[in-house]
Amino acid sequence: MSDSIRFILNGKLVEVADLPPTTTLLQYLRLEARLTGTKEGCAEGDCGACTVAVGKLVKGKVEYQSMNACILFLPTLDGREVVTVEHLKSATGAPTPVQQAMVKCHGSQCGFCTPGFVMALSTMVNNKQNASEDDIQDAIAGNLCRCTGYRPIVDAARMANESAERALPSHPKELASIQRNRLMTYDVAGGKYFSPASVEDLAMVLSVYPDATILAGGTDVGLWVTKFHMGLPVIIYTGNVVELRQIRESRVLLEIGAAVTYTEAFDALAAFDPSMEDLLKRFSSLHIRNAGTVGGNIANGSPIGDGPPPLIALGAKVVLRSKSGTRMVEMEDFFIAYKKQDRKAGEFVEKLVIPKRPDNVLFRVYKLSKRFDQDISAVCGAFALTIEDDEIVAARIAFGGMAGTPHRAHKAERALVGRVWNEEAVEKAMAALDDDYQPMSDARASAEYRSTTARNLLKRFYIETTDPTTKTRLYRYAE
Amino acid sequence: MPNDAKKIDGGMGAPKAHDSAHLHVSGEATYTDDVLESHGCLHAYVLKSPHAHAKITKIDISDCYVPGVHAVMMAKDIPGVNDAAPVFPGDPIFADGVVLYYGQCILGVAAESIEIARAAVKRAVVTYETLPAILNVHDAIKAQKFVGDPYEMGQGDAAGAIAKAKNKIKGSLDIGGQDHFYLEGQIAMATPLENGEFHCWSSTQHPSEVQHLIAKMLNLHDHAVTVEVRRMGGGFGGKESQASLIACVASALAWKTNRPVKFRLDRDDDMIMTGKRHDLNVAYEVGFNDEGLIEGIEYIHAVNCGMSPDLSNAIADRAMFHADNVYYLGNAKVTSYRCFTNKVSNTAFRGFGGPQGMLAMEYVIDDIARHLGKDPQDVRKINLYDAKGELGDRCTTHYGMTVEDNIIRDIFSQLEHTGEYAARREAIKTFNAQNKILKKGIALTPVKFGISFTLTMLNQAGALVHVYKDGTVQLNHGGTEMGQGLHTKVCQVVADMFQIDFDKVRITATNTSKVPNTSATAASSGADLNGKAAEAAARTIRDRLADFAASHFDTEISAVKFAAGYVHAGSHTVSFKELVQLAYAARVQLSSTGFYKTPKIAWDRPKGKGRPFYYFAYGAAITEVIIDTLTGEYNILRADILHDAGQSLNPAIDIGQVEGGYVQGVGWLTSEELWWNDKGELKTHAPSTYKIPTGRDVPKDFRTVLFEGINPEETIYRSKAVGEPPLMLGISAFLALRDAVAATGAANCIPPLQAPATPENVLKAIQAVQK
Repeated sequence: MSDSIRFILNGKLVEVADLPPTTTLLQYLRLEARLTGTKEGCAEGDCGACTVAVGKLVKGKVEYQSMNACILFLPTLDGREVVTVEHLKSATGAPTPVQQAMVKCHGSQCGFCTPGFVMALSTMVNNKQNASEDDIQDAIAGNLCRCTGYRPIVDAARMANESAERALPSHPKELASIQRNRLMTYDVAGGKYFSPASVEDLAMVLSVYPDATILAGGTDVGLWVTKFHMGLPVIIYTGNVVELRQIRESRVLLEIGAAVTYTEAFDALAAFDPSMEDLLKRFSSLHIRNAGTVGGNIANGSPIGDGPPPLIALGAKVVLRSKSGTRMVEMEDFFIAYKKQDRKAGEFVEKLVIPKRPDNVLFRVYKLSKRFDQDISAVCGAFALTIEDDEIVAARIAFGGMAGTPHRAHKAERALVGRVWNEEAVEKAMAALDDDYQPMSDARASAEYRSTTARNLLKRFYIETTDPTTKTRLYRYAE
Repeated sequence: MPNDAKKIDGGMGAPKAHDSAHLHVSGEATYTDDVLESHGCLHAYVLKSPHAHAKITKIDISDCYVPGVHAVMMAKDIPGVNDAAPVFPGDPIFADGVVLYYGQCILGVAAESIEIARAAVKRAVVTYETLPAILNVHDAIKAQKFVGDPYEMGQGDAAGAIAKAKNKIKGSLDIGGQDHFYLEGQIAMATPLENGEFHCWSSTQHPSEVQHLIAKMLNLHDHAVTVEVRRMGGGFGGKESQASLIACVASALAWKTNRPVKFRLDRDDDMIMTGKRHDLNVAYEVGFNDEGLIEGIEYIHAVNCGMSPDLSNAIADRAMFHADNVYYLGNAKVTSYRCFTNKVSNTAFRGFGGPQGMLAMEYVIDDIARHLGKDPQDVRKINLYDAKGELGDRCTTHYGMTVEDNIIRDIFSQLEHTGEYAARREAIKTFNAQNKILKKGIALTPVKFGISFTLTMLNQAGALVHVYKDGTVQLNHGGTEMGQGLHTKVCQVVADMFQIDFDKVRITATNTSKVPNTSATAASSGADLNGKAAEAAARTIRDRLADFAASHFDTEISAVKFAAGYVHAGSHTVSFKELVQLAYAARVQLSSTGFYKTPKIAWDRPKGKGRPFYYFAYGAAITEVIIDTLTGEYNILRADILHDAGQSLNPAIDIGQVEGGYVQGVGWLTSEELWWNDKGELKTHAPSTYKIPTGRDVPKDFRTVLFEGINPEETIYRSKAVGEPPLMLGISAFLALRDAVAATGAANCIPPLQAPATPENVLKAIQAVQK
């Protein structure tokens, strides 16, 4: 017996019982609900023309986040509240402050990206009092505009920010009535979809369908459907598994459940180092961080994911679970080869365990890409040196974008251990990096650029940890 | 209610919001994909070539007819002409025997859903015999493969002057292309009607051409096809000629199935299947004196046109027209090769070749300054065109046009002052001396952009104005709205003519059955041409109303005045609406067409001499950047823009064009890198890999001002065209990056920075000057 998908769309309860589970929210909005204000600009979560607000019931209140409707599978909205641009209205029926500000500031030209910006800013205004300039840029980092040059949109954000009216409409009571807290089974002609509520259920379903696609935030899996037009006959969604949604912290360890989103894990991860916070900001747009999970970023095994390099350098471990129990592997060992991970049939990533950084560990992570926001790394490098009595006693260096998997630079590490952290040591290690990695050339960067900058990032690490007066960073640069 | 206000709302010069702004923000603005589909509407998908160059040896479509598929079409099924080319032939709708680029359309399927259409296309079996492909301009020149004849412009003896000059520089600059990345991808929806007629919604800048090409393809006359567009989600030139292919595929399948057919390209297909800004290589040699005064210059433009002429010849011409930017070249020769390559046919993109020509000129100026150890601004100033008659003949371009309206000196002096150029230059020197990893750079670059289609014939426009009995006005003209605010401006013109409020004038979708034989909305000419045509139509009606009022109220026609919603006729005053009702009752015609053609222009292409442009639009920008010399990454810290829009029809819209143009120009020259592999496959075909600027890439300190001026030519409201010129203000960011790179090398070093200045290219240039 199949459950139906139930969610609140623009204030009304919607039930879907026949669409394939890979139907995206955007397809549903445009083709089924005929709400055409939400646009398709890229179908990969990179342009924001499809931005909507997705609300979750938290302690009796609806908490909204901006998300890309183009890569959200419809069943993942079960038990959620969705607001699209058509539903924005002030209490008086007039346009909302965000809409009015966008008109007043001339924030639209062709208008195609505008509903997405309006939703991104409406969610920001709903969630934040006194958003800072950085908050504004963050809120729209996932929205592309090709006409205005953004200045008037940022002006509109500031203007709307000053308004007292800030709530997105919400229906907590109705939403409460459609929460399941149990395994959801959506089984239709177009495919099977399971959304377990506990790790036991997840392990059980996965043991029955060991070849199922495990879906977390969908920021990668979504593209398998929208870009590669793959069929996904069986999907198991981890986003409602209570145990996978937890962050636990002790004095020495940080544990992040595999289905915790980057937005939820932001503060805990940023606490490792200011450079980690910079990375998380550049990691992806806010809309993607609101959906994408820490576990998914690891489990999909991408050679260019930005999670693995810093986590490997910090000595993180991956906890895998199946019906027959759990096991723990070093994250660096989890990545076996290009797109091949140490995950057996029936296993799923349960959580990541990250040791806290002792004071004597120098740590930095740096990302390089053509564009600051919402770009995939050409190179991502992370460095952790343990120093005792001026001597390097341990070194962990990991890079993404330099090989088929993110992995450690053992030769460079060996060149450092036992030495004093000085210019000679760093130069030896820089040279050794060339033996550690033979990167390739592609659309993001040439092999030469990757090799050169990998060395230079190590140099930057050296400069920043030995000569803090030297300015090395553009992002934190202030006159 | 009598109106005491002296002015109407939204007349000419008012900073009126975009006429669709309230629809944009509420999601109600209808784009082609939002038009309600009729019952039975089918969806099209096409098979794209997997090779850059190959012979098609066999096409087997027998497996394509899965349930839900209504038609499969290929070249042989086209009843008329299988070509969607704008001017010169060469853009097959479906490949005929040979494919000339990766992504070329081979066959099309119409099915009940896009999923079925895609699945059906996958089932087609096509065999190819691959052929050698030409993938860059150098190979094209070697093979002498061109899409148009090489062309030359110039004056005097360039080679002789260079040979005699005390200083010479020889150099080469690679300039990358640019994808339009309009947020709304290409789309059309065609519907068959009675009597062999077709209606097509098309996201196009050129409805008349789409109409004509559909007719030609289906063996129909133009009168059987109506093309309509309310608005595009961005165009930027990408929908000038290349919307036709999409509309033709939809219409062909609609013809075949006798059903409505929608063809919408997703982002990847759009980027793979449609052309881009031309990438090109400019080789140059310049001779100059110790002050930096140019004595002779030679340019060779090798323009990558792709596999067909499309609009490339006109684009390559414009690159040559702007090879001078704002400088008097004296002895000059510009040679242009229109190279054939096995790539998608490159096409119009905001600036239409101008940006490439201009960038090379500014690069040369920068070279000269670095060679002589001077501030580039000093070299710029001594090379400027003189105001007419000021100093000998230093106001004639290399194509024989006299620059009559030069205001760049005024723009320079104002911008240098407000932009604190000299002080910031000094501060940067200090900063660079104190910082070893981060370096700053600054550049001030000017723009002079010629306004008119260089094919004189295209400089015409029509409009249709109806006044209804309730005193409201409906307006139509040949221009299309792609976000640039054209409709808003033209509404303002008509509101002003009738002296009624802006909201009394409504513009409707551009439609080939209302205004025929229109030119593309391109060349920045939209408001100039259509504003004048609408003004003419409104004037005809207003004159009729004035005549009527004079006779009705028994006064002189000179005593009839239209002002702020009212019409004064001698001692009588009535509202506009009342007058219209009286006029209707007296059987006065309340509808009129209007027509405009640009005066003064004449271009003799075979001779390479004449006046191709009615006037020039000017502007300048200062950009300051900071770079990270370890990685090549950078930020734009501040930009100051002073731009000439004449007497602005709408300063709010014009500022939007200026800022948006600047940012788009910066994107072209910085993060927007198109990357093909060695098989000719484009690998940057979505925003995940192709990076246009985001909010954080915009200068934190961004100051844009419109130059206070008036167009000396009699344009609408004495305004100037503003669509394209500001794009080239982005050149200042590129040269600021080059300036910062130079700070990492020896004095007088000339960084070989290539465009786009991705972090990788910046780092490469740093490494080159540090060698």
